[in-house]
Amino acid sequence: MKIGVVTFPGSNCDYDCYRAVKDALGADAVFLWHRDHDLQGVDAVFLPGGFSYGDYLRAGAIAALSPIMREVKQFAAAGGPVAGICNGFQILCEAGLLPGALVRNRSLKFRSRPVHLLVERADTAFTSEYEPGQVLEIPIAHGEGCYFADPELLDALEAEGQVVFRYCTPEGLVAPAANPNGSARNVAGIINAEGNVLGMMPHPERSVDPLLGSTDGLGLFRSVAAHLARV
Amino acid sequence: MTDFQVEVRVTPRRGILDPQGSAVRGALRSLGFGEVGEVHVGRLIVFSLPAGDEGEARERAEAMCRQLLANPVTEDFDVRVEALSAA
Repeated sequence: MKIGVVTFPGSNCDYDCYRAVKDALGADAVFLWHRDHDLQGVDAVFLPGGFSYGDYLRAGAIAALSPIMREVKQFAAAGGPVAGICNGFQILCEAGLLPGALVRNRSLKFRSRPVHLLVERADTAFTSEYEPGQVLEIPIAHGEGCYFADPELLDALEAEGQVVFRYCTPEGLVAPAANPNGSARNVAGIINAEGNVLGMMPHPERSVDPLLGSTDGLGLFRSVAAHLARV
Repeated sequence: MTDFQVEVRVTPRRGILDPQGSAVRGALRSLGFGEVGEVHVGRLIVFSLPAGDEGEARERAEAMCRQLLANPVTEDFDVRVEALSAA
């Protein structure tokens, strides 16, 4: 099993993601370069956090047009698992691989702190190691993480079970006070209709070792490994 | 071919919360400009573009907006085209 982590100019969570795959999960990890057209035969792709292209124009907009994204799109279209974390989520939305958009936090402040997430779906390629309704503690670090979609799209996402994570209180209550960025309906992570492309603003790769204060992100990497072992 | 100067104005779609605009409005009010209504903060993209005629220049610029310069989910755009010189 080999998992690729794309490095864009301005990515800064690529090593965290690489270490989460290699050390915490114990799988093969390789870096994929944004200018290459080669996925090196990986079984899953992670788009990491950071500030690709300095967030110029809009967060993720330029990275979405990188050479490697052509291969990532083909890989996703063929059913390959692709996960975007933070800037990676923004890139997936800009690339049209996930619906909606991520805009400036309602507070206008960059938020960097642990948040609580409610696992809405524990039957996806990325979350099967969690329990439905489980509450995770995982950090966020973003200025443009407010998920926006019009009400019709939000209704459709909810009806199709495409909302995977929501911001919640430590007790698991999805409440406005637990929403760190103003995201519509407390959405923290979504999946595409086919179930193989996930985007989330929180950073599971920063929650894979007790030294980091939480191991709640491990389940995401283990879920991907379990999924790859099944297919 | 004629050189055209293209100005693309990108603004947050009306009805979508614009926290930047609200913050600027609050700051203007604190300066005594209490009469200021809704404020929206967008961006201006300027470039030159050779094209056969104004219609072609506009068409090319609008295609750029749809594919990159504006996010169709959250933003509106307005394209202004002006001929610079005949070559």
